[in-house]
Amino acid sequence: MRRITYREALREALREEMRRDPTVFLLGEDIGRNWGGAFKVTEGLAEEFGDERVRDTPISESAIIGVTVGAAITGMRPVAEIMFGDLTALAMDQIANQAAKLRYMFGGQAKVPLVIRTPFGGGVNIAAHHSQCLEAWFMHIPGLHVAVPSTPYDAKGLLKTAIRGDNPVVFCEHKLLYPVEGEVPEEEYTIPFGVADVKREGSDVTVVATLYMVHKALKAAETLAKEGISVEVVDPRTLTPLDKKAIINSVKKTGRLVVVSEDCKTAGVTAEIAAMVAEEAIDYLDAPIRRVAEPDTPIPFSPPLEQYVIPDEKAIIRAVKEIV
Amino acid sequence: MEALSTSNVNLSREKLVEMYRTMVKIRLFEEKVFELYAQNLVPGTIHLYTGQEAVAVGVCSALRKDDYITSTHRGHGHCIAKGADVKRIMAEILGKRTGYCKGKGGSMHIADFSIGILGATGVVGAGIPIAAGAGLSIKLRKTDQVVACFFGDGAANQGTFHEGINMAAIWSLPVIFVCENNLYAMGTRVSTVMRIENVAERATAYGIPGVVVDGNDVLAVYEATFKAAERARRGEGPTLIECKTYRHRGHSRVDPARYRPKEEVEAWLAKDPIRRFRDKLLKSGVLTEAEIQQIERETAAEIEETVRFAMESPYPTPEEALEDVYA
Repeated sequence: MRRITYREALREALREEMRRDPTVFLLGEDIGRNWGGAFKVTEGLAEEFGDERVRDTPISESAIIGVTVGAAITGMRPVAEIMFGDLTALAMDQIANQAAKLRYMFGGQAKVPLVIRTPFGGGVNIAAHHSQCLEAWFMHIPGLHVAVPSTPYDAKGLLKTAIRGDNPVVFCEHKLLYPVEGEVPEEEYTIPFGVADVKREGSDVTVVATLYMVHKALKAAETLAKEGISVEVVDPRTLTPLDKKAIINSVKKTGRLVVVSEDCKTAGVTAEIAAMVAEEAIDYLDAPIRRVAEPDTPIPFSPPLEQYVIPDEKAIIRAVKEIV
Repeated sequence: MEALSTSNVNLSREKLVEMYRTMVKIRLFEEKVFELYAQNLVPGTIHLYTGQEAVAVGVCSALRKDDYITSTHRGHGHCIAKGADVKRIMAEILGKRTGYCKGKGGSMHIADFSIGILGATGVVGAGIPIAAGAGLSIKLRKTDQVVACFFGDGAANQGTFHEGINMAAIWSLPVIFVCENNLYAMGTRVSTVMRIENVAERATAYGIPGVVVDGNDVLAVYEATFKAAERARRGEGPTLIECKTYRHRGHSRVDPARYRPKEEVEAWLAKDPIRRFRDKLLKSGVLTEAEIQQIERETAAEIEETVRFAMESPYPTPEEALEDVYA
């Protein structure tokens, strides 16, 4: 099968959906022909679809999402790009109080088919305003879907589903994933939300991980395999809806769970998944649940500092060994 | 900024009567809501539109059925003026299943997408970029609809005001930004939070027309809106219309509005938009005293019917709280 990058996979999804459906359009800061997006995901799209459908905006995150909401409830399928995930904070009312709640507040009258694409994650030394993983913020808001693709294949299939769906989706990308290559078929496919993917089968311990942490978990699994520990890596692919069944099924098989995420530990992604398993599947656990997450600090700038706080392969190995 | 006279408005008798009837309907509806509240029948809070009827009716009368509006926490008047069913508004205010939002929204979140009411937001200023988005949608879909975006003087100090109006301006979106300046954001007098006299002056900063109108003169509001709508339909972009008006009651149901000087209240009550329009209609012979009384009687009966409908409607079953989160 052909191999393309995560960035190219996202671009293909956007291009194909824009060709397929004239109501799909893109807006965001510097996504147009002058720049092609800060991470080049939309490069070339303005040339094909024009400046009206690949729309550069002022630096006004709140209005970018507000405009996205207004367009979505009146028949369009907008895909907004927020240049850095950290900057969703500027648009939080529009995301959490408007996009997420209009349908419910209006008794089901509104459909809010919009996608907010935004890159999260550290590892590129750009400090606390451009490095966070904030997926858990959006998991906490009923009405939003939260996608967290870790591979080019998942990125393309999930983005197409996000664009075609009738709910607001916070589509979380990861900066370090953009150049990562993977197999993506030429032919059309989509990936449903709420269906996890077992990225590696194993029998001794379940590691649930998302985004870039999936790759670190796979490396850790490789290392642990050499020591005779068989790790199953489960990638939920969407955090809302969450494929509880797949996680629980894996835990039933292995009896052990490590949850890995790049966000802060407190009230984060790992907290939710660990709590869910504790509540719904504790009888299948043979050992305490371990969480590997960021230690509740802002992301620091200097490389040794940043490397210290972002979970790595060693931390995952350590957590696995604690319970196996 | 341009000054507006009402001399250019030439409306049919039918239209004028309809506008008057709608203003009366809003007034009687709101008074009824207040009465029901006093009887402890209204859960939560209410923000009454009494006193500002000329704004909603002036604006919405200049719109088409397929045009959009966005509304606010003080939104009953907007929705009635756009043609919403008062029975379903009242039922929603009482938390009933037959309400517009099946009891999930209440007084602050009335919406009727079938007639372009894109809903009322409870977050001050949040509707401004949403209205711009509806405008962008119109532009991309290449229809000739327009959007009227209602907000208050308080919202004019939100960041969304700047971001949303600027975006609508740079893209020439068909949006009419209607600032209802009723002089107070809750208890905060507008002059203490704004160093200019008129919100409309800010239009200059976005390169769009800013118009100040007497918000208690329904024909002045109509004319300004009609011009703005024509301009928007021609693709020439948004207009900011500031309607100077006054709420007759406090901010919300718990507010006796003691912060407003007595003389100020009296001066504004003397400028009651319904009385002014009625006098004009009587003087010009559009309506007779008997016809006016008939309109009031008919409207009062209609409002009584809304109360009966709302009171007799069932509450939603508790489990319905779990529905409508996702499409």
